[in-house]
Amino acid sequence: MAKLPTPQELVASRPDFPEQDWLDVKPQFTPGSYCYPAKKETMELLHMPNPHDWDPAAEDWNLPEDWEKILCDAFAERLEKHRSLKLFMDICVRCGACADKCHFFLGTNDPKNMPVLRAELLRSLYRRDYTMLGKILGKKVGARGWDKDVVKELFYYAYQCTECRRCSLFCPYGIDTAEITAIVRELLHEVGLGIHWIMDPVKNCSFTGNHLGIQPHSFVEIVEMLADDCETITGIRPKTPFNEKGHEILFITPSGDVFADPGIYTFMGYLMLFHELDLDYTFSTYASEGGNFGSFTTFNMAKKLNAKMYAEAERLGAKWILGGECGHMWRVINQYMATYNGPAPSCMMDVPTSPITGTKFTNAAATKMVHITEFTADLIKHNKLNLDPSRNDHIITTFHDSCNPARGMGLLEEPRYVLKAVCNNFVEMPENTIREQTFCCGAGSGLNTEEIMELRMRSGMPRGNALRYVQEKYGVNHMACVCAIDRATLPPLANYWAPGVTVSGLHELVANALVMKGECKRTMDLRQEDLPNVEPDETETQVEGQ
Amino acid sequence: MFASLLVVAIIGAIAWAGSAVGLGVLFGVVLPYVAVAAFFVGVIWRMVYWAKSPVPFAIPTTGGQERSLDFIKQAKWDCPTTTFGVVRRMFLEVVFFRSLFRNTCADVREFDEVNNGPRTIYFSSKWLWVFSLLFHYCFLLVFIRHFRFFMDPVCPVITWIETIDGIMQVGAPRFFWTGGLLLCALLFLLARRAFNQRLRYISLPNDYFPLFLLIGIVGTGICLRYFDKTDIAQVKVFIMGLVHFAPVSADGINALFFVHLTLVSVLLLYFPFSKLMHMAGIFFSPTRNLPCNTREVRHVNPWNPPKQFYTYAEYEDAFRDAMADAGLPLEKQPEKAAE
Amino acid sequence: MYNAKAVIVGIIIFAGIFSAPFWVNFNGTRDYKRPELVLPKTPNEKACIESAEFMRANHMTLLNEWRDQALRNENRVYVASDGRKWTISLQNTCMKCHDNYAEFCDKCHVTNNVDPYCWTCHILPKGNK
Repeated sequence: MAKLPTPQELVASRPDFPEQDWLDVKPQFTPGSYCYPAKKETMELLHMPNPHDWDPAAEDWNLPEDWEKILCDAFAERLEKHRSLKLFMDICVRCGACADKCHFFLGTNDPKNMPVLRAELLRSLYRRDYTMLGKILGKKVGARGWDKDVVKELFYYAYQCTECRRCSLFCPYGIDTAEITAIVRELLHEVGLGIHWIMDPVKNCSFTGNHLGIQPHSFVEIVEMLADDCETITGIRPKTPFNEKGHEILFITPSGDVFADPGIYTFMGYLMLFHELDLDYTFSTYASEGGNFGSFTTFNMAKKLNAKMYAEAERLGAKWILGGECGHMWRVINQYMATYNGPAPSCMMDVPTSPITGTKFTNAAATKMVHITEFTADLIKHNKLNLDPSRNDHIITTFHDSCNPARGMGLLEEPRYVLKAVCNNFVEMPENTIREQTFCCGAGSGLNTEEIMELRMRSGMPRGNALRYVQEKYGVNHMACVCAIDRATLPPLANYWAPGVTVSGLHELVANALVMKGECKRTMDLRQEDLPNVEPDETETQVEGQ
Repeated sequence: MFASLLVVAIIGAIAWAGSAVGLGVLFGVVLPYVAVAAFFVGVIWRMVYWAKSPVPFAIPTTGGQERSLDFIKQAKWDCPTTTFGVVRRMFLEVVFFRSLFRNTCADVREFDEVNNGPRTIYFSSKWLWVFSLLFHYCFLLVFIRHFRFFMDPVCPVITWIETIDGIMQVGAPRFFWTGGLLLCALLFLLARRAFNQRLRYISLPNDYFPLFLLIGIVGTGICLRYFDKTDIAQVKVFIMGLVHFAPVSADGINALFFVHLTLVSVLLLYFPFSKLMHMAGIFFSPTRNLPCNTREVRHVNPWNPPKQFYTYAEYEDAFRDAMADAGLPLEKQPEKAAE
Repeated sequence: MYNAKAVIVGIIIFAGIFSAPFWVNFNGTRDYKRPELVLPKTPNEKACIESAEFMRANHMTLLNEWRDQALRNENRVYVASDGRKWTISLQNTCMKCHDNYAEFCDKCHVTNNVDPYCWTCHILPKGNK
C-alpha cells in the first residue's frame, strides 16, 4: 500500500474541477482509485452472468461480445421494475443541493462524485433512449450513447459511492443516489463486472453461512475462545448455544464481530449480556451472518443471502430474531427483509416480546427482528441491568451514527440511551455530522478494502474532521458505533484523522459496565487492558509481595 | 447557456414577427390550443408511465427517530409511521420544501485552530430555499392573478389578491410585487448557475432553457403591464374567446402580447418532456411518500422472484462431519446420512 | 399500472387545477363581449386628448403623469401629441366629457378587475353610480 499523504496534504491536494465538460472527461484508473475485480471462479460459482477475467487498469475489459445490448436490455428491465429509477431519471432539476453533502465529493473534489453528477452518468444514457429531446439533440442536452468508456466511468463512480443516502435527505425530491448506485452496480454485474472485496464475501456467505467463510466448527471454536476470554475477565464463562432447537430467540450478528478486533469485544459483550439475563437464545452457524454483501451487488443476491435468516428461524423454531449491531444489515432487515423473504415463518410469535421486561416490540411486528440496542435500551429503562458506568470513566466517548441505521431505519436515540447509561462522559460531534445527517465512515457498501486506502481516508474526511474536532475541543478519546463495518473501517480512519481515538461497538461498553451476578472484581476491560480507576486487589498485592 | 438564451430569443422574435405580419391566429389560437393539449396529455402520460412500474421496495429516508420504544420520542414529522404522518410529511415537502430547508454549505479548510489541522465546517445555507420558495409562490400567485382574464364576473378572491399584491400603490397600473419578485427569484436561480462553479459544471441547456423561458415570460408580462401597454379590454375578449373555445379576432392587440403567449405555450409544450415534471414527480417519490413502518407492515413486491438459496440441508451435507466433531446438533447424524 | 387509485386521484386533481381557466367561468358569461361604453352624449370637444387606441392602453399612465405634473411640478398644461394644449385636471378636463362613471370608467374596470385609486383623493362622481 502506498504511503498516505498527511491529512493537510490530502486536503490540499484535492484537484480543481477539470476544464472540459464532464461528458468529455474520462476517469483515470490509477492504482488506489479502484477496487480489485472479482475473480472469474467466484462469479462462476455464484452463477453471475458473463464471468470473465479483467483488469480495471487495462484498456480492454474483455466485455462480452454483445455487451451493449445486454446493458440496454438490463437498463430497460430495471426501469420496468423500479418506479424509483424512472422517477429519479426524470425529475432531477440539478439544483445542486446534494453536491457538498457527499463525503466522497468533499474528500476528492471530483465533480462526478457530486450525487447529481453521479446520477447524470446514468441519466445521460437514459436521455438518449427514453427522452424525445435527448433522441433529437443528443449531446447538446446532455445525452450520450453507451460506449466502453461509459461502462468504465459507471464502474469507477458506482464504487465511489457508499450508498449512505445522505444526499437523499437533502434532495428536495428525495432522489436517492443509493438506489441509482445499486442499480448501476446491478447493470455492471450483467456484463460480469464486480469487485473482489464484495463478491468473495458473497460467495463465502452463500456456501459457509458467513462473509468470512468461517466453517461451522471454526465458528464454534472462535466463539468458545471468546467465551474463555470473558471468563478470564469476569470469572464467569458465558454459555454459547449453537444451532439448538426450541429456544425463544435466534441471535444473528455480522460475522465480522467474531473475527476481527475490535468487533470481537462487542461480541463478547453480547455473550456476557445474554448470559447475565439467562436469555433463552441460540446462535446459528448456518445463519451466522447478519451483514449482507449481496445488497451491494444485486437485489436478488441480497434476497438470497437474507433468506437464510427466516429459514433458520423456522428450522430452529425460534419465536423471534434478535439482531446485532450492524449498519447495512439493518438497512436490509428494516426495509427489504419482509419484502424479500416474508411473511415471517408461522412458528414465530405475533409481536416480538422481550422475555425479560415483557415489552412488545410492535415496530417489528412483521419482520420479527429486533435491534439489539432497542432490546438493551428497554432493559436499562426497566432497570434489569446492574450497571457501573464508572468503569468506563477513563473514556470520553462520542457516538458515530452509521448511515444505514440512521437514514434507513431511524435508530438514533436507542444507542445514545444505552451509551449514556454505561458511560458517564458522552460528547456529541457537530450537529451536521450526526443523527440523520451523519457522515459515512467512508468505506461502507463493500468499499472497506485496503487497496483504496487513500480514497477511504478522503471519503472519511468529514467524519474524521468531526471526530478531530471533539477530540481537540473536549478531549474525546473514544468513538462508539453500532456497525460492524464501522468497527473495521473507523480505527484506521481515527488513526489517520484523529490519532488516539479508539473505536468500539456499543455492547463492548455495555459489558464493561455490566455488573454480573457472581463475577470477580474487574481489573481489566474486555480488551484485557487494565482499568485505570481500579485499585489493585489487596490479596493479589499480598501474593505478589510474598 | 447562451444557446438556450438564443433559442428563447428566437422563439420570441418569431412570435413577434409572425403576429406583426398577421399570423396572430397561428400564435394566438392554434399554438396555445396545441400547447395546452400537449401539456395535459404529456403530463398525464408521464404520470402513467411512472405508475406502470411498481414500487418494489419501501425505501423511505428516515429523517429522524424511528418509532420503537415507548420512552423514546419518535420524530413524527420526519419519520412518520402512519398515513396521516406521511401526508403531513408530503405536505411539508410540497408546500414548504422541507428537505431543501435543511440545506447546508460545507467549507473544507486546510487548517483550523480548533482542529489543529484540516476541518470541514457546515453553515446553514437557506438561500436556495428562500428563492425557490419565492419563485414557486410568486409564480402561483401570478397564475392566479391571471384568472381576471379567464372569468366574468371576476371572483372577489382575485380582487383581494390583487389588492394585497399592489398594496404599496406604486404607479399606475399599480406595481405588483409578485411579478417583480418572480423576476428577482429567477435571476437569482440563473446567477447561481452562472457564477457558482459547481452549478455551472452540472448545468445543461435543459436547465438554462426553462430559466430563460420563464424570464422571457415574466419579462414580457411585466413589459405588457408597465411599459409597452396594450388594450387589456381587447385582450380579455380575446382570451375569453380562447377559454370558451370560440376564438375571436386578435386585431388591435400588441405584438408583445403574442410573444408572451407564445413563450407560455412553449413552456407548456416543453413541460412534460423535461425536468419541470418534478411538479408531479415529487408526489411519487418513494423516499418521501412511504411510511417508515417497514418492519411493522410488510411491503409487497409484485415481481418478487422465487426464493433460491443455499439451504440448511445442503449446508449440513457439506459440513456434517466437522459439525459432528464440534458437537453441533445435526438433523442427520453422519452414520445416518451415509446410509 | 400500480397504485392506480392514488395515481388516478392525482391525475384528476392535476387536470382539475390546471384546466381551471376553461371551467372557472362556468357560471359566468359564456359569450363574453367587449363592454359597451356610453360615450359622452353631448361632447364639449370633438375628440379626446389623444387617440382612442392610445387612451385605451395608456390612460392610467397618463393620469398618473398628470397627477405628478399638477401636484408635484405645479404644471397644469399638457401638450398632446397633435399639439393641442389641455389643462391638467381630472375633474375639469377628463370628467367634463366623461361624466358617466358607471357606464364609462367602471364598465372596463369591473370586468378587468381594475381598482383605480383616483377616488382616494378625488370625489367619486355621484348621481350616476
